[in-house]
Amino acid sequence: MTNLTNRSYTYYFLLPAGIIYFVFFLLPTIMSFFFSMTWWTLTDWKFIGLENFITFLTEPSLNIGFKNTIIYAVVTCLLKVILGLFLGVFLSQKLKTIGFVRSMVFFPTLLSTVAVGMAFAMMMHPTQGLINTALKIVGIAGPDWLGDISIALLSVALVDVWKGVGMATVIFIAGIMSIPEDYYEALAIDGGNSFHKFWNIIVPLSRPAMNSVIILAFIGGLRSFDLVWAMTKGGPGFSTDLIASIIYKQYQGGFYGLSTAGNVILFIVVSALAFPLYAFLNRKEVDL
Amino acid sequence: MKAKKKIFAVLSSAALFAGILAGCSSNDSASGDKDEDSGQVTLTLLVDNQSNLDGMKAVTDAIEEKYDIKTEYELRPGGGEGDNLVKTRLATGDMTDLMAYNSGSLFQALNPEQNFLDISEEPFVETIMDDAKEALSSNGKVYGIPAASFMAGGWFYNKKIYEELGLSVPKTWDELMSNNEKIKEAGKTAVIGSYKDSWTAQVIVLADNYNVLQQHSTFAEDFTANKAKIADTPGALSSFEKLAEVYDKGYLNEDFLATGYEAGLQKLAEGEGAHYPMLSFALPMLQANYAEELENIGFFPQPGDSADENGLTVWVPGGVFVNKNTEHPEEAKKWMEFFVSQEGNDLYNAKIKPQGPPAIKGVELSDDVYGAVKDMLPYFESDKTAPALEFLSPVKGPNLPQIAVEVGSGISKAKAGAELYDKDVEKQAKQLGLEGW
Repeated sequence: MTNLTNRSYTYYFLLPAGIIYFVFFLLPTIMSFFFSMTWWTLTDWKFIGLENFITFLTEPSLNIGFKNTIIYAVVTCLLKVILGLFLGVFLSQKLKTIGFVRSMVFFPTLLSTVAVGMAFAMMMHPTQGLINTALKIVGIAGPDWLGDISIALLSVALVDVWKGVGMATVIFIAGIMSIPEDYYEALAIDGGNSFHKFWNIIVPLSRPAMNSVIILAFIGGLRSFDLVWAMTKGGPGFSTDLIASIIYKQYQGGFYGLSTAGNVILFIVVSALAFPLYAFLNRKEVDL
Repeated sequence: MKAKKKIFAVLSSAALFAGILAGCSSNDSASGDKDEDSGQVTLTLLVDNQSNLDGMKAVTDAIEEKYDIKTEYELRPGGGEGDNLVKTRLATGDMTDLMAYNSGSLFQALNPEQNFLDISEEPFVETIMDDAKEALSSNGKVYGIPAASFMAGGWFYNKKIYEELGLSVPKTWDELMSNNEKIKEAGKTAVIGSYKDSWTAQVIVLADNYNVLQQHSTFAEDFTANKAKIADTPGALSSFEKLAEVYDKGYLNEDFLATGYEAGLQKLAEGEGAHYPMLSFALPMLQANYAEELENIGFFPQPGDSADENGLTVWVPGGVFVNKNTEHPEEAKKWMEFFVSQEGNDLYNAKIKPQGPPAIKGVELSDDVYGAVKDMLPYFESDKTAPALEFLSPVKGPNLPQIAVEVGSGISKAKAGAELYDKDVEKQAKQLGLEGW
């Protein structure tokens, strides 16, 4: 191959980009692994081995983040997949107002997460909020969405789903639209009903789309920060703290070594969950 | 594919770290330069963008007129973000000539010996009140002047409700609780909780320090030296128990977890609630939004076990500090000297009414000070004040707001909360490299 390609530029042209990549990406990455094992004040550091990691994993105000993050990622991912699939099926039909309805579903994705979080935090106020006022009219006493520690995390997750389901839907629509008409014709000849159409054609053949949604939503859930911070700042207490918000708080507190250790842990958690999931999903994919 | 994954892995971790660094952006600093033509010196001053600068600007205008020293303001964010910015600018040698910052533990965490000019020998330092001077010092050397008056932490109360129900200002915790019971029976909110802003939940714990020191006079030193833990010291633990008691007895407003600071002030001013445990820096905001209700708002310290030991926990004002590497140390000292003079104080107080007694000895207050501040003065006159713990010990855990919310909303018990806070504090002490931890 090399003989056939006439290389007219030297590799030195890669240097500027390479240097930038090294200084701003590779170097900090390597340094972060080192500083995660130090007591660090930005100007001064002391090597303390794995103590930061032990602190992070043993202290209840820190390790509550692991449980919450997993719950948050699984809940948002599942709901986005299920709702996204149904909306995708619905919105890939030939309706007159399809353009309008599709934009309606996609619209929340375009909003700023912080603005969405603040707006929903207001609507979820237990006594004056829009949601509970509306529920009161129909005679239901709404819960304290963000104040009750047993549901606060789920409330935030629901808002995340509201905001993120549009993206999932669009990916599903693209997947469903790419299924060739032949399959539907074959189904019609065999006398299948619409359930068969959904279960035996759409679900298996939109698998690539579903895999993308699962991976994107799951990784997004694992590293989520902005929505939680805008809505509850991890509260009440630590009940909605995610790994990322805990890391941020440690950084604010001036524990630079500890927060870097948290980032390393987050990196490991995301990789340890996302790569096997990705490999697993890829194996199940079928060709059209 | 494998290689791609690896690159993705490397990239994503780099992106995470870059995200962390993005939190500490820094502005260009113009360090003071002499204007060749006029001989005028410009000092740069870094202040947070949360405070009202009218008072300070009145003083610096006068300094410019009098000494031909111009002050150029640079704004920074407040809170934790501002702390990061200050630390980063100090670490990169990019600090302004003058810097306004918290006193006490936050200041002491900035490595003062290395970063700030020692002003212990200046004559004007003598006029600073001792409580304030201590919080502006590190290892016995003074580095700053108080940027405002003292503040106090305690309980605001609505005088109308007190009159209506025939209550009197409580001198002991039990009296306060029985007042609360009567207010609750009358169908009003006894204690306003605004734990949506989690920092407000700490007030009952922090404002209890006078009482803690009454029971255990060396607590601050022992705490710093790791010889005393909050959870094992009955006097200190009772601060957390008081916080829990207010919730357990149902004195808080129903929506205390969804109410924020500003809504809390509104409830107090409009008489929806009788008490609001808060710092006196709330006064200007009350004045701005509820000026006509202000005369109905009084203040008392958080009471302890005995009426004889009733005293006030005070907050030392933030300070103004001089960069050790400034090119104009003499001008900076002149600036400070004027700032703490009676003239400087008058100019300041004419713009911003003091939120507590002055931090400079011998400075007179005008008659139109807030009623709540007048309620505080007797404690200063009879020397029944103590600084909050954060001014006596560099150890303050960053998670106290969240822990206070947990204790104050029944998620965890007082003892468990205190234990968790003791652990939180340990991290801080280790980070500061204190002895004995």
